[in-house]
Amino acid sequence: MAGAATALGGLRGAARFEANTATRDPAWVKGLVLSLSLGFFLLFLLLPLIAVFVEALRRGWSVYLAALIEPDAVSAIRLTLLTAAIAVPLNLVFGIAAAWTITKFDFRGKQMLITFIDLPFSVSPVIAGLIYVLVFGAQGWFGPWLGEHGIKIIFAVPGIVLATVFVTFPFVARELIPLMQAQGRDEEEAALVLGASGWQMFRKITLPNIKWALLYGVILCNARAMGEFGAVSVVSGHIRGVTNTMPLHVEILYNEYQFAAAFAVASLLALLALVTLAVKTYVEWRASQTAQPGEVP
Amino acid sequence: MIARMSRRTLALLAALYLLCTTAPGTHAQTTLLNVSYDPTRELYQDFNAAFARHWKAKTGETVSIKQSHGGSGKQARSVIDGLQADVVTLALAFDVDALNRNGGLIPADWQQRLPHNSAPYTSTIVFLVRRGNPKQIRDWADLAKPGIDVITPNPKTSGGARWNYLAAWAYALDQPSGSDASARDLVARIYKNVKVLDSGARGSTTTFVERGIGDVFISWESEAFLAIKELGADKFEILIPSLSILAEPPVAVVDKMVDKRKTRSVATEYLHYWYTTEGQEIAARNFYRPRDPVVAAKYAKQFVNVRLVTIDTVFGGWDKAQRMHFADGAIFDQIYAK
Repeated sequence: MAGAATALGGLRGAARFEANTATRDPAWVKGLVLSLSLGFFLLFLLLPLIAVFVEALRRGWSVYLAALIEPDAVSAIRLTLLTAAIAVPLNLVFGIAAAWTITKFDFRGKQMLITFIDLPFSVSPVIAGLIYVLVFGAQGWFGPWLGEHGIKIIFAVPGIVLATVFVTFPFVARELIPLMQAQGRDEEEAALVLGASGWQMFRKITLPNIKWALLYGVILCNARAMGEFGAVSVVSGHIRGVTNTMPLHVEILYNEYQFAAAFAVASLLALLALVTLAVKTYVEWRASQTAQPGEVP
Repeated sequence: MIARMSRRTLALLAALYLLCTTAPGTHAQTTLLNVSYDPTRELYQDFNAAFARHWKAKTGETVSIKQSHGGSGKQARSVIDGLQADVVTLALAFDVDALNRNGGLIPADWQQRLPHNSAPYTSTIVFLVRRGNPKQIRDWADLAKPGIDVITPNPKTSGGARWNYLAAWAYALDQPSGSDASARDLVARIYKNVKVLDSGARGSTTTFVERGIGDVFISWESEAFLAIKELGADKFEILIPSLSILAEPPVAVVDKMVDKRKTRSVATEYLHYWYTTEGQEIAARNFYRPRDPVVAAKYAKQFVNVRLVTIDTVFGGWDKAQRMHFADGAIFDQIYAK
């Protein structure tokens, strides 16, 4: 959130620098940097995105739609949404709890906790998946017990959800911690002194303060949850119609020479990403408005 | 106002999720999970549909067969780790043996339970080259020449890749004055020409066919036919080496799983169906060599006669071949590290 506010501040700063001849960059530098970054954007970001949609529609709308309503595809879409629907709320709760613990209390090992929250970012997703195979697999620590009781974790939906929760864990906490640190505990203390209950304080003071950062974290978390490939691939077992998520389904279709269908599902994933981006931009804009009330109409 | 709106949006989203996630599809019916290797996707699509019809006609029950595909070694590993396969249909016996060695999922004598070493169809290893064979590749020795880009998957994870490797080895042994040393030399020079080592056969096919990398792709015969069928005879051609290996991809019921899931009778029938005339026809139509002599005669034009050696006669069985060539630190590691 702090990021969003600075981005806006930066824009105003840029205008000021442009107006002043002493700080203005030569025109050729500006042109070079601009064309470099725009060229990169076109070549590496926009072109592939367009290619996805062009390939998806190459054989016409009927093939495109058929690829999306085919039972295995529907099942993959459903599983992806279900996974996100479980992983995101879980990480919402975990994220708030972790950020609260870190910013409102002092305790030994706090730095270590902060480091551990970042672990899923630094660990390769493949390892994240393998951890669960080693722990819950038939040959793993809890495997025999789970097998006896008929509980399926890996190569089933719970494993996919677990792996997704793991890789998306830092998003919410990482967004909240800097903001809550900057805000300090003063307002909450005031509320308590004035007689608010713990829940009232959280609802009336903390939540409104962190609202936009929280939403931003949730959006990022959701985007990753729907797009995760590596960790999910390890624990999925690739049973079509049962444990394939959308990214895995795209790979399978591609490997089966069904290129139009593969790109159709890929385009749906890309669309979800674009919607996420749009929502994210809206949230950033709202946040900057609440951050500087009165400055922007 | 905004709070009310977002609450309504939330409710709407929640309803959408529920709708999406609790749609029908969970009514009671027998399901089988067949864990298979990489290039059998099209084969089992055909076979599963035919078997479901057969089972319905015979018992009146509806059976739905789920598929999982990947590199053969990796798939065996998944089953050992708990992927609940009723049947496995892998690329080579060694990977099925792994189910016995780890966790005792099947008995040691599994290969004697069905005819023909439990391999209802066979295949062999051929070369796929670009149309017109611009690099003039004829036989295994040509793959070792400098400047030839070879595509083959990783023998550590792919069953097909192990057949590729052993076929090259058998060819070198078969040459006049062939020895283990000369075989090792030839294979080492072939792998020096390998630019991309994918984890499964289908990944390699994509590398060669779609991405256009490499001069020659050492491939399952079935996979080579399929690439030509899917992507056009005007782009590729199949070359048959002077000697190749008889690949016997075996099938097995996973005893521990079918007893737990009470699916033994349908799983057993599923595999027996391979040995019927219909089953053999499906194999031949999907470019796998049938065992049944009548069906084989019918498709004789499709499958060129090639001198084939077997893993047992040349390498003394999979156990020995695995230890000597593909185990950690064995010959493949030694030649590929260089």
